Amino acid sequence: MAENSAEMPLTLAEKVWRDHVVVRGEEKDGQRSPDLLYIDLHLVHEVTSPQAFEGLRLANRPVRRPDLTIATEDHNTPTLEIDKPIADPTSRKQVDTLRANCEEFGVRLHSLGDANQGIVHVVGPQLGLTQPGMTVVCGDSHTSTHGAFGSLAMGIGTSDVEHVLATQTLSLSPFKTMAITVNGSLKPGVSSKDIILAVIAKIGTGGGQGYVLEYRGSAIEELSMEARMTICNMSIEAGARAGMVAPDQTTFDYVAGRPHAPTGEDWDAAVEYWSSLATDEDAQFDADVVLNADELEPFVTWGTNPGQGVSLSESIPDPAGFHDPVDRESAERALQYMDLAPGTAMKDIRVDTVFLGSCTNARLEDLRAAAEIIKGRQKDPDVSMIVVPGSARVRLDAEAEGIDQVFKDFGAEWRFAGCSMCLGMNPDQLAEGERCASTSNRNFEGRQGKGGRTHLVSPVVAAATAIRGTLSAPSDVTADAPVPA
Amino acid sequence: MEPITTHTGVGVPLKQSNVDTDQIIPAVFLKRITKTGFDDALFHAWRKKDDFVLNQEPYRHGTVLVAGPDFGTGSSREHAVWALKDYGFRVVVSSRFADIFYSNAAKQGLVAAKVAQPDVELIFKELEKEPGTEVTVNLESRTVRCGSVEATFEMDNYTRWRLMEGLDDISLTLRQEAAITTYETTRGAFKPTTLPAKV
Repeated sequence: MAENSAEMPLTLAEKVWRDHVVVRGEEKDGQRSPDLLYIDLHLVHEVTSPQAFEGLRLANRPVRRPDLTIATEDHNTPTLEIDKPIADPTSRKQVDTLRANCEEFGVRLHSLGDANQGIVHVVGPQLGLTQPGMTVVCGDSHTSTHGAFGSLAMGIGTSDVEHVLATQTLSLSPFKTMAITVNGSLKPGVSSKDIILAVIAKIGTGGGQGYVLEYRGSAIEELSMEARMTICNMSIEAGARAGMVAPDQTTFDYVAGRPHAPTGEDWDAAVEYWSSLATDEDAQFDADVVLNADELEPFVTWGTNPGQGVSLSESIPDPAGFHDPVDRESAERALQYMDLAPGTAMKDIRVDTVFLGSCTNARLEDLRAAAEIIKGRQKDPDVSMIVVPGSARVRLDAEAEGIDQVFKDFGAEWRFAGCSMCLGMNPDQLAEGERCASTSNRNFEGRQGKGGRTHLVSPVVAAATAIRGTLSAPSDVTADAPVPA
Repeated sequence: MEPITTHTGVGVPLKQSNVDTDQIIPAVFLKRITKTGFDDALFHAWRKKDDFVLNQEPYRHGTVLVAGPDFGTGSSREHAVWALKDYGFRVVVSSRFADIFYSNAAKQGLVAAKVAQPDVELIFKELEKEPGTEVTVNLESRTVRCGSVEATFEMDNYTRWRLMEGLDDISLTLRQEAAITTYETTRGAFKPTTLPAKV
């Protein structure tokens, strides 16, 4: 990380960091202790906060800035019958605990049933609370999502949640910077999910450790905000501390007019500041990765970590061909868990379930893109599909466009908002041995339910797969039958 | 947090890379609202298999977990650290740790010792040659000793100091309260607040 000096060219991440230093770390024995950084926005949910609030209570400390804190219920919430009490008593207790804590400490909460309830990383941007150049934290690793706005956004553990509640700051060690340049343009049927899956396959699940990634290049600039959020969301799957995209006109247009967006003179001041954040031309990154979007195809995982992926047109690799013994052992173990054999064409793999949801891919554009593929077509009768909008607002907006009816006509289940089957803390879980094409972010063993098997895909691949029953690209669907009139 | 300078205990070889926090503690156990009582949840799915290392003597009583690279990837759940500590682990040795896990461990006094992969392999050999072999970790000298293997580990000075002193982060930061208040007066007027709600 470059030092803070007026002449020194800086990267986007370094500028945001520089502007939030409350106390600079001390140099001692050739090492610098962490900087104390101010946090602009703290997002809270029911799972990682109860012990933090309890800590405050025990120490008789208040929440320093309730006006920079917002809470929602997402991980435990059911996606059916949300008007009834939560059936699972431990889930209900956790949600009730959040409600009591927010009441006691004066934190704004969007509860189940509220139009702004939903996955915390969908809610922040939707309300206009996530803006460029901010520091954003949440007790959730997918906080990296908010980096799409050019903010420095990080997942933290519960001890740090308590620290931020009490002090509105975090002690953070300097990071390294990595440029991920994606040149060219995406082909039709290929989406930002495919970019990030390809990036993780290339650099590995530990490739980003200690780094803040900056996604740049023509293919990134051409993406919508929602597509950029998908990419930044999965930065954590490459082990990165955060992922960012420089704010530009696309960003400003997205933020403008949202409930908490600045207005009038504040808007002008904000845009002027935001426009100054892009990486300086001669700034240096500590590492560089380059991809060509023209060469990308729909991507899919075959293993049990997000780095174990290939293009959908390829076959499962043979672990025997892996040079690194650690990778080989990991691949062998993954294939055993996934019940797959090397050499199997990815497109020959049949799935039981399709899950369209999660903080990675459950925004309005994701639902629209999937609906576009399935419209007028029939679901494979042996496949079940659930569609879980990222937030109650996304659900309402989708219904206003008639998208819910497209999914219902197709035979998919149209659910209420939440994290749902991404991690199965609510009743939405895979059964033992069940295989799922999922638009979520993690294919870990048992992630979507004990013994469940996950293939990570984009929303359009999920849609095509629901039609054909096997992992499929949108182009496979159009090849089977022409687009209906 | 209890200070820790040195620890000696039975080493447990977990010869796997990418041990993600969903494996360390599945999501179903995150519904609790307490910070303790997670020992039964640790490696819940794997512990159901008889051949899992923690189901074997003398590893069952281990306190130093030695794992493959990229330990603690995935979810930010600090419950992973609580579960390891509740089970009795005081140290995890790996060549690479996920950033959030590493940070969470330091806050809870769990030593995450970054040892080079070739040395980790040598420690695996020692532990398999003589199950029950003890591993000694010394923060002062940043060394890990196991049988005939002596290796150094990486740890920044600040993390090491906090572990050795057992310091509470929040009290440390609150010493800077004046600086925080001063910083707050310089924040841009255009920055959003969550209150009052505008929806």
